[in-house]
Amino acid sequence: MADPKHDKPTPHKDEVSGVDTTGHEWDGIRELDNPLPRWWLYVFYGCIVFAIGYWILMPAWPGLHGYSKGLLHRSDRGELSIALHDLSAKRGAAGQALVKASLEQIEADPKLQAYALSAGASIFGDNCATCHGTGGTGGKGYPNLRDDVWLWGGDLNAIEHTIRVGIRSGHPDARQSQMPSFGRDQLLTGEQVNDLTEYVTALSRRKADPAAVNRAAPVFQAQCAVCHGVEGKGNQAVGAPNLTDQDWLYGGDRNSIHTQIWNGKAGVMPSWEKRFDTATIKALTVYVHANASGR
Amino acid sequence: MPVLIDTVNGDKRPKAPDPGPLYKKREPIYPKLVHGQFRMIKWVLLGLTLAVYYILPWLRWDRGPATPNQAVLVDFTHARFYFFFIQLWPQEIYYFTGLLVTAALALFLVSALFGRLWCGYACPQTVWTDLYIVVERLFEGDRNARMRLDAAPTSFNKVWRKVGKHTVWLLVALVTGGAWVFYFDDAPTLMGQLFTGSAATSAYLSVAILTFTTYALAGSMREQVCTYMCPWPRIQGAMLDEHSLQVTYRADRGEARGPHKKGETWEGRGDCIDCQQCVVVCPMGIDIRDGAQMECINCGLCIDACDEIMDRIERPRGLIAYDTDYAVAARLAKRKPTYHLIRTRTVFYALALALVGGIMVYGLLTRSPVAIDVLRDRNPEYVQLSDGAVRNGYTLKLMNRSTHPTVFWVDFKGPKGAMVRAVGQASASTLAVPLEADGQRSLRVFVTVPQDHDEHELHHSSPATFVITSQDGQRAEKKTVFLAAGDD
Repeated sequence: MADPKHDKPTPHKDEVSGVDTTGHEWDGIRELDNPLPRWWLYVFYGCIVFAIGYWILMPAWPGLHGYSKGLLHRSDRGELSIALHDLSAKRGAAGQALVKASLEQIEADPKLQAYALSAGASIFGDNCATCHGTGGTGGKGYPNLRDDVWLWGGDLNAIEHTIRVGIRSGHPDARQSQMPSFGRDQLLTGEQVNDLTEYVTALSRRKADPAAVNRAAPVFQAQCAVCHGVEGKGNQAVGAPNLTDQDWLYGGDRNSIHTQIWNGKAGVMPSWEKRFDTATIKALTVYVHANASGR
Repeated sequence: MPVLIDTVNGDKRPKAPDPGPLYKKREPIYPKLVHGQFRMIKWVLLGLTLAVYYILPWLRWDRGPATPNQAVLVDFTHARFYFFFIQLWPQEIYYFTGLLVTAALALFLVSALFGRLWCGYACPQTVWTDLYIVVERLFEGDRNARMRLDAAPTSFNKVWRKVGKHTVWLLVALVTGGAWVFYFDDAPTLMGQLFTGSAATSAYLSVAILTFTTYALAGSMREQVCTYMCPWPRIQGAMLDEHSLQVTYRADRGEARGPHKKGETWEGRGDCIDCQQCVVVCPMGIDIRDGAQMECINCGLCIDACDEIMDRIERPRGLIAYDTDYAVAARLAKRKPTYHLIRTRTVFYALALALVGGIMVYGLLTRSPVAIDVLRDRNPEYVQLSDGAVRNGYTLKLMNRSTHPTVFWVDFKGPKGAMVRAVGQASASTLAVPLEADGQRSLRVFVTVPQDHDEHELHHSSPATFVITSQDGQRAEKKTVFLAAGDD
């Protein structure tokens, strides 16, 4: 099977160009044995030298436990932390002033306020807008930060604390509240949940079935008043919403109210304490507070 | 229908003759020094315009401690423009538009009346070229000496004269570029910084660029800038007509031209003795006797040259003079020449100039030292509060353009029962906002309108106005709207 021509290359000079061929022949076609272009070769050698230098200077070789660090000890993480450090240095005086001043002082001082508002706008856009919306108006299940309704308090310190620890975030000091799933966990009967729905509807001064409201009154006092208060006005200390106003986190129609009593949904807000430095948290606090009219 | 070209036999259509290269090589011009009334006017204007250019940034003007005391300053860092008693903020950029419109109209008017006065006497290109020719003459002599020198082989004499000329040219260029940057920063401070090497990179860069452009434009490009680069000669053609006064060769008097020997009669011939003096003094290298030309900058040097000759041959001056094509044509037709300065065109330009100038002056005189801008929150447009009230957010930009600190009282006029509150301000019926001299600040303001069941519901959009009144009674207002959920 083997063709002797293929096994033993014989040097052969091409008649036209006068260049030696490689000696191989395929169906009468021979390949010229031209040398590689010199510039190409030098670039190639240069790359070899560069690669050796790169192996020595930069992280290059994987090992079983980690990798070779290289003489320069360069790492992208390191670069990033240097860049972040530079950034906070660049913020300089204004950033330092934010750290030193109290939240009230920041809001009252025109220059600090302007700085906090512009910084806050970008921090909010990058981190908070995903849930609360670019305008901070939230959505179903995500609180509106522009109005006057605050589950955990809307003054500067309360807002700062919420940003720091989060809500049901797993942070040891996280704000915790638990609306029971009265229906799903069979704490109340279906009838009772229906009656409570009417009762809660009546709390916000809307028309409701009087008989159902009467039936639900003792149930509300027994089950709900602990957190939501005897009058249903809520309690910011435990994050219980006011049920008498026109603001509803999970919807205010009968269906939504019924669903919420039955399932007891609860959202999560992350803790930002470890992700933001003090100046960032303060700027964000003032931004959120100011956009809710700063009251 | 597709055009078929016979590719086998080639395109046999007749070919236009080869126009040669599109680039026309510059023919060197050696303008001869001339003396006379227009040369004198040009010397005076040269001194005057250069003096204004170099001295202006060094003039001081006291505006109080909060603002710089440089009379003319374009302060990019603080976004302010100062011109003696005028001080403009970036929001007032329309004054610059007005200034440019005024300048354009003035140029139109002057051109329609007297031709290219700007080009001949005041344009920086003309002034600096003149200055460069002075330097050139200093090192290389007048026209004939320069021509001889350029034609001569390289020698020590030629080299030192050329090197000297270019060195002084570069120095002039450097000083020109150097003076430019003083308009953009405090001149005495910047002067020190420039010499100690501590000025901004942009300052050095500007100096370098302007040094180069001055050297190139006034040194080697000269008349080519006017003929090929500047759009104005071409635009100007539309401003001129047969009644515009221009530097004119009075063909009616000059023709037929020809050499004249002393003692010969002047009967039956023109006054032009074809001495070429008008041509050799021309910085544009043209012959004015060919009539009005795009290249002619109307500098009047040929008038001086011709008058000198007329004196010598004892003919009346003014063979070349400021005259109109219309008058020349009239004399040729044996009519009495008439001049029409007041024409539809000039009246229109004058009225337009007066109108724009009037608006500018009125605007500057009645310019308020206080100003307000209102940015209404658009995300969200409005917020419904828990008690049904509606709240709108606004960011107010308050500007105190005066040179002393003041307090603004901010008032809101809008829907009934509206309550106004500013972030960081104690609650009050009227907001009092202190502002520093030449300062501005923004103020986050929230307006709340309570739900009122007795009155009609809030419209989707209600007109509203923010009014500010300063301590010394200056007032400004800005219209905006108050939005709520509603149908209209």
